[in-house]
Amino acid sequence: MNVKILDEAFGYCITRVESFNNEITVVVDQWSILAVCDFLKNDSRFSFDFLSDCCGVDRFPESPRFWLVYHLYSITHNHRMRIKTTLDDAEPVADSVVSIWSSADWMERECYDMFGIKFRNHPDMRRILMPDDFQGFPLRKDFPLEGLE
Amino acid sequence: MTSQTMALNLGPQHPSTHGVLRVVLVLDGEIVVDAKPDIGFLHRGIEKLAEYRTYHQIIVLTDRVDYLAALSNNLAYVLAVEKLLQIESPKRAHYIRVALTELQRIASHLFWLGTHAHDLGAMTPLFYTLREREAIMDIFETITGSRLTPSFMRIGGVAADIDSKSVRDIRTFIKTFSERVDDYEGLLTKNPIWESRTRGVGIISSDECINLGISGPLLRASGCAWDIRKSTPYSSYNDFDFEIPVGSVGDVYDRYLVRIKEMRQSAWIVNQAIEGLPEGRWIAREQAAVLPDKHNVASDIYAMIHHFKLVLEGMKPPSGEVYHSVESPRGELGFYIVSDGGTKPIRLRIRPPSFVNLQSLVKMVRGKLLSDAIASISTIDIVLAEVDR
Repeated sequence: MNVKILDEAFGYCITRVESFNNEITVVVDQWSILAVCDFLKNDSRFSFDFLSDCCGVDRFPESPRFWLVYHLYSITHNHRMRIKTTLDDAEPVADSVVSIWSSADWMERECYDMFGIKFRNHPDMRRILMPDDFQGFPLRKDFPLEGLE
Repeated sequence: MTSQTMALNLGPQHPSTHGVLRVVLVLDGEIVVDAKPDIGFLHRGIEKLAEYRTYHQIIVLTDRVDYLAALSNNLAYVLAVEKLLQIESPKRAHYIRVALTELQRIASHLFWLGTHAHDLGAMTPLFYTLREREAIMDIFETITGSRLTPSFMRIGGVAADIDSKSVRDIRTFIKTFSERVDDYEGLLTKNPIWESRTRGVGIISSDECINLGISGPLLRASGCAWDIRKSTPYSSYNDFDFEIPVGSVGDVYDRYLVRIKEMRQSAWIVNQAIEGLPEGRWIAREQAAVLPDKHNVASDIYAMIHHFKLVLEGMKPPSGEVYHSVESPRGELGFYIVSDGGTKPIRLRIRPPSFVNLQSLVKMVRGKLLSDAIASISTIDIVLAEVDR
């Protein structure tokens, strides 16, 4: 897998490329997630046909506070890549990738449920694990372990 | 005549939902028009709890994620931490890990087979499969001290060596297991009632599976031979000779056949691991992250200090992030750890195979009969503890 190809195509929106323990992480800006993912899935040199996971990370008190992390896998080429983006503190919103991988549906709902990260153009943006009337987002760092009550 | 639909609540407390899954089915007569799975009844916030525990303490939490395959969860977690620390466990530990997780796979598939058959009206297989599962649970109890929550894997190896009695028990079990699987197959594989309940039901093509993120036996039953044990071998899996069973149609029947064949393959792997068990240590030599040998703790002051420091403070891995996945009985089980160099992870994300696989339910049941919905729920092999975490 050659990350340079990605760099040539999307150099303007790639913040940095990290390599740690043989894992490649590409940090992109939040506006280009959809375009980068679409390219990575459909370009035959990458063919990331399988979205392993999509999750949020709260880096409080850092700013920007949230990370959105995608773990991609290619069954065709047997390689992996991590795509990461940072989201604003107050109203974290990102583009949904459900149109690219259907598996993102519940994963993005869980991100919303746990971190309050909203997804544009998601078909069913509701809580998934917590009750519908639940207040707060449990995996945020300012949410106490014992709960709010 | 006007067509009227009816909403039917399946679960959360219904034996065929394998735990506390609630599905709201919209029915037109006996046809399922739509299905809405409702999950979260068993949410315990394990990912949140992990942020308040040291790396060694988290091992016991991983047991509770998927209680039918606790050792697979243990393994996935310790492998992720070992990757973060860049330490390698000894060969003997690899083999013990493989033997135990493959036994766990057999136990999990046996439980699935029994309950799946029971859901579809065949009561007999349950008694047979639970008998063999009980034998595995006894082996686990002898080796780890616990049946369902062994917490046996350690960062850098396993908690204890396996003794000759356990090896004998495993040998005895493996010797008779193949005939037992023949018995289950005798009850089901060519049974016309079984075939009519499972053939052509809940079909998902391999492309759809991949797009839906489905992994494990469900994906392989549809013809895609992706198994992490082969594609990215961990824990010395490349030392063992085994095949990946695949199906062709991707229906409930194919998934049954794939899991049956997987049990035979797992038994074969356990046999190789036990017969080829290398000599040596079962946990890496003492270093910053590895707990010292128990007998040293009582006699050696340095080991004692090290033990106390690890237990009270915890170890500090380098800052960074790792993702490691293993092939659990249900599919790709991954752990994503973000560390800032402190004693506790900033974020521990579990990639639960059941959660992702359950998304396929709606696709399987829409437009089908209500009775097929039951077959489709149990064919996914969900563990709600893992779905909800």
